[in-house]
Amino acid sequence: MRHRVPLFHTFLKAIERMPESLIAIMDALPYLLQGSIVTLIVVVGAMGLGFALGAPLAVGQVYGHPVLRRFIAVYVWFFRGIPLLVFLFLFYFGLCTALDINLSAFTVAIIVLGLISSAYQSQIFRGSILSLPEGQLKAARALGMSDFKAISFIILPQALRLSIPGWSNEYSILLKDSAVTYALGVAEIMARSHFVATRTYQHLPLYFAAGVIFLVLTWAGTKGLRLLEERARIPGYSPHGL
Amino acid sequence: MTAPILRIENISKRYGKKDVLKGASLDVKKGDLKILIGPSGAGKSTLLQCINFLVKPDEGRIWLDEQEVHYANKRDLYAYRQKVGMIFQDFNLFDHLTALENVRIGMVRVKGMGKAEAGERAVLELERVGLKEHMQKYPAQLSGGQKQRVSIARALAMDPRVMLLDEPTSALDPELIGEVHAVIRDLGNNGMTMIMATHQIGFASSLASEILFMEDGRILERGTPDKIFNHAENARTQEFCSKITELYGERG
Repeated sequence: MRHRVPLFHTFLKAIERMPESLIAIMDALPYLLQGSIVTLIVVVGAMGLGFALGAPLAVGQVYGHPVLRRFIAVYVWFFRGIPLLVFLFLFYFGLCTALDINLSAFTVAIIVLGLISSAYQSQIFRGSILSLPEGQLKAARALGMSDFKAISFIILPQALRLSIPGWSNEYSILLKDSAVTYALGVAEIMARSHFVATRTYQHLPLYFAAGVIFLVLTWAGTKGLRLLEERARIPGYSPHGL
Repeated sequence: MTAPILRIENISKRYGKKDVLKGASLDVKKGDLKILIGPSGAGKSTLLQCINFLVKPDEGRIWLDEQEVHYANKRDLYAYRQKVGMIFQDFNLFDHLTALENVRIGMVRVKGMGKAEAGERAVLELERVGLKEHMQKYPAQLSGGQKQRVSIARALAMDPRVMLLDEPTSALDPELIGEVHAVIRDLGNNGMTMIMATHQIGFASSLASEILFMEDGRILERGTPDKIFNHAENARTQEFCSKITELYGERG
């Protein structure tokens, strides 16, 4: 019973500081929201790059020459196997300096996240392609389509539909991973909340606000992809009776 | 004597150590309907898929309209496949396209026709198989018999010289077989050249110009329906025909 008093006391103090915390959040909010735009550009850019590279990688790994398949397997292993932070430092402080390339931290963040995402996305697409019945490709070939046409017009339109649930996963992972790019000084949500927090000593409210912004962005993105999934659904085609 | 439209010579296929096809040869004349019968694993499906090189034969040569097909040359191969329509046991309609789009896509993407012109033709072909009113439906919204009729329309839209049918009614409920048979019979009456694998011997004997009995990768015996079903020389042919007659009833 005795320890309840100091606990209650602490709680009261926290309530007392609530207005102060709210003010800190309100003050920082425009600045943080600008950061969320930076975060979104990094995430969408990385997803786009990951898609542009991941789709051909998946096709190559399923239909390609054995040597190409081996090469892609190594690529995927490489980009999935090294921590993001190591890659960011390796690329930004290492490669860019060594090769005397002048890239902004923002650009490096998109490229590195995009390359890593391409490895993950390629496996999402590969799984979808492999889940299609073999007869789809056979029927396309039987019409006289080249493999390139069959893949472009028959295989990918179906495989990409099946990939949307996996994409929603990839989006939420990228969104959270993008916080790591603060280590390069990219002015995204995490970097900005850290900056304000250390300046004002309002750590709790600011990181709380950052967390909430991430939650909202995750919700909005997965909701958006869910709507896309609905829109792209093929009528009558519901393998699980949904 | 007219030259064969399709000439197949000595086609062989091996999977690992197993010889699936051991030198099958066949001449098909315009308007012929050749029916392949035989037990599962006899090589009927492999032979049909070798004919349009969906399965690459290890040996053998094929001529269409007296032109040898050099399938290693992609351009030749794609041109040849356009002229050889293929109907699969499990339909293989493109699941993300409507019936109309399924029929149209070959004309647009392979033959390079305009969408409007190809669409008109697609409607005609769907009408021919009795599915005009279902043309906006997706495969998942069609019955098995309707799907197979769409797949026939899809093949016909390419103006094939020859059609290959790989057990087109094997995956269908008995009551849906009739509508597909009617379409195939109609094709035959209009002079379409066809090679078909089937267990429906009633249908086969009423329509076939020749029956080929396959077993163990070889064409063991061939002849008119009457000869194969009633006066077969080979003991295995007799045995198979009597069994399948028991199973599938009347001989049509």
